[in-house]
Amino acid sequence: MFVFAGVVTSLADTDAEVNARKNALDVAGAFTNDGFKLRDGHWCGTLKAQDHALIAVNLYAGNQYWFAVGAADPAKKIAVNIYDETGRLLRTDHYEGGDRAAAGFSPNDSGQYFVSVDLVEGGSSSFCLIYSYK
Amino acid sequence: MLVRGRTALLLLPIAAGALIGAEPAKLAPDQMAKAARTDTITIPTPGELFAALQKPGKPNWTGAYRAPIPTTYKNRAQLALNLGGLIADGFIAVEAQDSQQVKNIGSDVIKLAKALGVSQNILSRSNSINDFAETNQWDSLQEELEATQNEVKNSMQSHSDQDLVILVSIGGWIRGTQVVSGSVAANYDARSAKLLRQPALVGFIHAKLNDVSPELRNDPLVKNVNDQLTNLEKLVTFPAGKSPSPDDVRKVNNVVSDLIQQIQHKPDAK
Repeated sequence: MFVFAGVVTSLADTDAEVNARKNALDVAGAFTNDGFKLRDGHWCGTLKAQDHALIAVNLYAGNQYWFAVGAADPAKKIAVNIYDETGRLLRTDHYEGGDRAAAGFSPNDSGQYFVSVDLVEGGSSSFCLIYSYK
Repeated sequence: MLVRGRTALLLLPIAAGALIGAEPAKLAPDQMAKAARTDTITIPTPGELFAALQKPGKPNWTGAYRAPIPTTYKNRAQLALNLGGLIADGFIAVEAQDSQQVKNIGSDVIKLAKALGVSQNILSRSNSINDFAETNQWDSLQEELEATQNEVKNSMQSHSDQDLVILVSIGGWIRGTQVVSGSVAANYDARSAKLLRQPALVGFIHAKLNDVSPELRNDPLVKNVNDQLTNLEKLVTFPAGKSPSPDDVRKVNNVVSDLIQQIQHKPDAK
């Protein structure tokens, strides 16, 4: 069952969120080295075990995107998935590294997409999502 | 495939074209409706739009320049709309790799921010913009422009000016859309025309604008922008996979160009 995250904030102002954002930036750094430009904005919040959080994004056909997520203790494994505007799960390139993960793809159509952050293993924790494009 | 044999990405074990975990294959409509939407993530920057525009071929970026706009508006809503538009101009100058134009626009951004009373935190940004422009650090300039915009928005929120935040985003979106629609209208390309398909984005900013205080919503300029967003929402709605016709693109360009004229108009400007 798909459950929504409880609290979501836009500012990473707790220690846990700062750590989560640092983990996300660690992953995103690899993509910026490959020519991806990092968006300045981020989306942070908290997830319960086996919980998901969903955010809408608007993307442009022709660009390539990577969505990177970091989590903090006690998260053990998180995942990122992308859905199109009809709600269909898309095949994406994935990186999974325990408390950090990323999903990348090139949309065929401009428009709205949904990014899901999933706490697969571990207890309730903070997460932070950032994205990059080229 | 998105990831090829690049050095940095080889450090990450990437699984290509995968479906991960036991995720639902389909989101329900109410799940999509309840998804979070934020100004900083849900609204793309002009830089993202321009990055996509130049995939089929490099546009005439200097041809997208406009004459300097006034920086002494008295109306705060108009200041906020123009601030967003000016930051989009900054992205255009970065794409044109025109350091002097970047510095000129950076200076005007500071003037508008000062007029809005949010300049203290971004004075250091102005110095960074100048430094990066001097040394042709174009990627850093893009990040700095977005960071400047976010700093202005954060300052607005902390000064109970949160209603102005969406106006900055709208100003940037209108100016960016004017540039893209103008470029596509001048040299039609079906792939580039697809960039104008943004119904959810326009719907989101339109909804945010309807949430501002009644005083601000009844400001004549804001009211007109709001009215035209209704029109624009229809104009940028077409099926996935379909490109708007050259005539459709011109219609979008006419509406946003008219809005830009109204936004930058200063009645007492000589």
